[in-house]
Amino acid sequence: MSTDYDIVILGAGPAGLTAGIYAARARRSVLVLDNGSVGGQMVLTEKVANYPGVTETSGRELSQVMAQQARSFGCEVKAFARVAEVDLTGDVKAVTLKNGTRVTTKAVIIASGGVPRKLGVEGEERFVGQGISFCATCDGEFFTGRPIAVIGGGNSALEESVSLSKYASRVTVIHEFDHFQAEAWAVAEARANDKISFLMNQRVLAFTGQSGLAAVRSADKETGAVTETLVDGCFVFIGYVPNSGAFEGQVKLNERGEVVTDEELRTSLPGVFAAGDVRHKRVRQITTAVADGTVAALSALEYLNELAA
Amino acid sequence: MLQTGLEHIESEQAFKDTLADNENVMVCCGRMGPMCLPVYDIMEALTPDYPHVAFRDMAFDEPVGRVIRSLPETRGFMGLPFTVYFKNGKVVAATSGIQTMEQVTAVLDEKFGAGR
Repeated sequence: MSTDYDIVILGAGPAGLTAGIYAARARRSVLVLDNGSVGGQMVLTEKVANYPGVTETSGRELSQVMAQQARSFGCEVKAFARVAEVDLTGDVKAVTLKNGTRVTTKAVIIASGGVPRKLGVEGEERFVGQGISFCATCDGEFFTGRPIAVIGGGNSALEESVSLSKYASRVTVIHEFDHFQAEAWAVAEARANDKISFLMNQRVLAFTGQSGLAAVRSADKETGAVTETLVDGCFVFIGYVPNSGAFEGQVKLNERGEVVTDEELRTSLPGVFAAGDVRHKRVRQITTAVADGTVAALSALEYLNELAA
Repeated sequence: MLQTGLEHIESEQAFKDTLADNENVMVCCGRMGPMCLPVYDIMEALTPDYPHVAFRDMAFDEPVGRVIRSLPETRGFMGLPFTVYFKNGKVVAATSGIQTMEQVTAVLDEKFGAGR
């Protein structure tokens, strides 16, 4: 691995890999670093059926093709990079890895995506894998004939509730608001399912049990009335938080911790761009991440051209 | 069979041999699903840094998977993959569900000694 690049991209999800494809194809030296697997959250998607031009694939396959495409143009892609420190403030940006390697660059594209949001309540960590799950297709069958809860009110929560009802004896959807964020079709499908019931306007207080999960304790946000929902399993689908901690105090973040960008995906720092789920935006899809990666790469290339002029 | 770059354990005899031939063994028993793939990737990435550890995978739904599914240490596990760490043939740690690089290296370092 070299230690100086024209562009360093932090994150190897669809936004980062697309940026890598565009920047490397423009004959720039490009390094993509990711602390996890190549593909980011896309890897966690079992079936991708809405990526134009591809009838159906898995997130894993799509990731591998994108990485292969980036590498074919000379882009270096390093997974499990263990980034220790990022300094974006100077004209020369620096990324230091835990093994001590210091990589310098003129332009950085932040494409570090997001991580699943946690409730941060008692018992949450303890019961992960022993009742609490984040993947219905992976773990649904462990709960065959048993009662479960699903926490969340977006498309994922309601779609997975319907999917899990094929295994579970009953599904209780616990949601923090009195209305759903999911699209009307997803709400209608869940409401039409006899196995699914709804507990609305709830604040989850704790997950309880002895050797395994036994109940979800929640309180009505208006009345304070506490409900113990007896379950053997609980699937949590409450969205994502941006993976932006390493950039705090360097680039401007909004109140949700998302990187603030302009239309060209420039951040508050010259030479630093952001793409994908880490930045403030409404729609978070593979397709929109790919679009972001394209725009950020073209903006970074323009920035480098201006520097050289 | 799992499509990974790891060495697969495909029979109970191979499982016994692996434990007999290696002091430190990490076995990830799962499927080619979204919670399992990142753990296989982590194991592949760590292989050069932990030459004193044998990294293996095992198909959860194949008959051989029973050797992991039936362990007392995995009773109550309800999240794939089931990952079990063996030292001198004995279970020293077991986890259920997706793990991060930090979680895996924490167990490896504590139970088997630090990597390079």
